[in-house]
Amino acid sequence: MSALQLWRSVLSKDLRLAARRRSDAINPLIFLLMVITLFPLGVGPGPDILSRIAPGIIWVAALLATLLGVDRIFKDDYADGSLEQLCLLPQPLAFTVSAKMVSHWLLSGLPLVILSPLLALLLNLPGSAYGALSLSLLFGTPALSALAATGASLTLPLQRGSALVSLILLPLFIPILIFATSAVESAGMGMAVHGQLAILAAISVLTVTLAPLAVAAGVRMSVN
Amino acid sequence: MKHKTTEPLPRLRAHELSSVRGGRTLFEHVSFEVHAGELWQITGANGAGKSTLLRMLAGLMPSSSGRIEFNNQPIQYDRSVYHQQLLFIGHKPAVKAELTALENVYWQRRLSGDKTAQQDSSSDWDLLETIGLLGLEDEVTGRLSAGQQRRVALTRLWHSQAPLWILDEPFTALDVKGIAMLQQRFQTHLGQGGSIVMTSHQALSLASLNPKQRHLGETYANAMGAQS
Amino acid sequence: MWRWLHPYAKPEATYRLVDKLLPWFAGLTVVSLLVGMVWGLAFAPSDYQQGDSYRIIYIHVPAAIFSMGAYFGMAICGAIALIWQIKTAEWALPAIAPVGAAMTAIALFTGAIWGKPMWGTWWVWDARLTSELILLFLYVGVMALYAAFDDARTGAKAASILAIVGVVNLPIIHYSVEWWNTLHQGATITKLERPSIATSMLWPLLISLLGFMLLTATLVLMRYKNQLLKHELNRPWAQAELAQDSSAVVEEER
Repeated sequence: MSALQLWRSVLSKDLRLAARRRSDAINPLIFLLMVITLFPLGVGPGPDILSRIAPGIIWVAALLATLLGVDRIFKDDYADGSLEQLCLLPQPLAFTVSAKMVSHWLLSGLPLVILSPLLALLLNLPGSAYGALSLSLLFGTPALSALAATGASLTLPLQRGSALVSLILLPLFIPILIFATSAVESAGMGMAVHGQLAILAAISVLTVTLAPLAVAAGVRMSVN
Repeated sequence: MKHKTTEPLPRLRAHELSSVRGGRTLFEHVSFEVHAGELWQITGANGAGKSTLLRMLAGLMPSSSGRIEFNNQPIQYDRSVYHQQLLFIGHKPAVKAELTALENVYWQRRLSGDKTAQQDSSSDWDLLETIGLLGLEDEVTGRLSAGQQRRVALTRLWHSQAPLWILDEPFTALDVKGIAMLQQRFQTHLGQGGSIVMTSHQALSLASLNPKQRHLGETYANAMGAQS
Repeated sequence: MWRWLHPYAKPEATYRLVDKLLPWFAGLTVVSLLVGMVWGLAFAPSDYQQGDSYRIIYIHVPAAIFSMGAYFGMAICGAIALIWQIKTAEWALPAIAPVGAAMTAIALFTGAIWGKPMWGTWWVWDARLTSELILLFLYVGVMALYAAFDDARTGAKAASILAIVGVVNLPIIHYSVEWWNTLHQGATITKLERPSIATSMLWPLLISLLGFMLLTATLVLMRYKNQLLKHELNRPWAQAELAQDSSAVVEEER
C-alpha cells in the first residue's frame, strides 16, 4: 500500500470517528462563541470599541478554542493502542501523522473560517475586514493545527497534560496572532493586507512541513 | 553467505538484550533465535520485563544494549521492511469503542494495507463468523464484553500476511472456546512457516504447540544460568 | 562530529572533562565579571543623555544575549541527544534550562529598572522586552515539560523536541514582535538601541559580555556535573567520585 493510500485511510477513519462523537468537535466552537459573547458584556456594547478590538478578540478566542481541541488529536488513539499500530506501519510515521493534523484542521480550523463572518458581525467588524478575517483564519489555522499536534504528541503519556499543553503552545502561537490581527486591522482601515497574509501563509507552510517530524518524534517517544 | 545450508537463517535474532530503566535493570543478556515455524514463549514473573522485551522486539522501544536482527539485518536498518513482516498485538487492543465490530475489522484491514478491504465485505463477515462474533456485528464495540473485544482485536491474526507475530498475552479474557480457536490459528500459522513470539501465563494453552521458552528471571543470576 | 563526540557519550569521560574545565571557567568568570562590572559601573564615562542610568546595559545587554544563547545551546544539545541517542547530551538540557531562564529573568528585571527613568514606567511593551518575556515563557514550557515526566529520559526527550521546535520559532517570534512593535508604537522608543557607542563605553561592555558568557557556562557546567552524578549514582565511578569528596556531600545530605 502506498503511503498516500494509508494517509487517506487514516484521515477518513479519523473523520468517521469524529462523526460518531460530534460533541468533541462542536464543543470548542461553542466555547469560542461564548468567549466572544463575553467581551461585549465585559467592555460594553459600544460599536466603536468592539470594532477596534474585534480582530484581537476573535483571534485570541480562536487560539483558545484550538487548545481545547488538542486532546482530541492523539489521546484516544494513544489510550486504545491505535497509535502504536500506526508506529508499526511500514509507511513513514511523519507522513501518517500529518493526516491527523489535517483531520484536526478540518474539524477545528475550517469551521472557524466558515464561522468567521458571524463572529465579525457580532463584534461589529468593518465590512471591508470580513474577507481579511476569513483569509487570515484560512492561512493561519493550519499552522495552529500543526503546532497543536506537536504539543499533543509531547504530552501524551501525562495524566494531566492539558494545562501543560497550553503553556507550551501559546508562546508558539504568538507570531500567527500578530500577523493575523494586523491583517484584519489593516483591512479595516482600508489598507493592503497582502503582506501579512503572505507571511501567515509562509508560516503555515513552514510549520505544516516541519511539524510532522517533531510530531513523529513525539509520538515515538510517547509510545515507548 | 557464510551460513551453512544445514542451519537455516534465524528469522529473528535477539542478541544480548538488556533493559535498564531509571537505574534499575529489568533484564540483561537475553539472547535467542526464532526460526520459521517456531513458537517462543517468554515467561517470567510480573514485572520481569516480558512486555518490555516484546516491545523492544517490535521496534517500539530501543533496547539499552544488544541488538535485534530480522533476516540477518538490524531492525533499525530498514524499519519499513521489518514492519511489513511483523504483526504486533500488545496489551491495548487498538479497537475503537465507537465503531462496530464489523467496522473495526474493516479499518484494521485498510490500515494494515489490505487493498481489497471493503466496507461490509463478505470476507469480513466470514471473519466475524470464525471468531464467533456473528450476531454482534452491529453492536458498538464499547458495549461488548472484554473477551469479545479481545476477539475483535485478534481478527488481525486471520487477515494478516505477516510471517512474524509478536503477541502480548493474547489469551487474556478469552473463554475456553476462544482459546481453542486461537490455538488452532497458531497451529496453522506455524505450519505455514510463520513464527510467533509471545507471552502467556497460561502455559497449558500452549503445550500442544511445543513452544520454546525463554525465562526472564530475577535479573542476572538466573539469566546467566540460563545462558550456559 | 560523531568521532569527536563519541568518547563523551560515556558519562565518566564527560564528568572528567567537565571537572577539569570547571575551575578554569570559574576563575575566568570571576576575573572578567569583576573587571567588566567595576569598569562599566564605576569608571566608564556617563552618557550625555541618560546620565548614569545607562550603566545598567553592562548587565542588561549581556544577560539578554546569553538568555538567547543558552536557548540555542539547549536546542543543540537536544538535537544531539535525539539524533545520536546520547544520554549525556540529554542531561545537558535540565542543566541549561534554569540558567537560561535566570538570565532571561535578569534581562527582564534590569530592563524594567532601566525603563523607570527612561520611560517613567516599569513596563513598556517594547520589542526587546516583549521578546524576552516570550523567551521566558518558552523556557518555562521546556522546564515544565521536563519536570512533568516521572522518567527523566522521556522527559529529556520531550523537552529536547520542544526546545528544537522553539528554536525554529524563536527568530519568527523575534521578528514578528519587532514588526508588531514598530507598527503600534512608531520608532520613538528605541533608546535601547543606540546608533553607536563610544569606545570608552564599548570595552567594558565587551568584557561584561565575556564575563556573562563565562558565567553562563560555569553555572551550566556546575549543574551538568550534578546531573551526571545524579543519573549515574549507582555506577562505581560515581561512587568513587563521591567518596573522594565525601565530607562535603555527606554534610549536604544531612
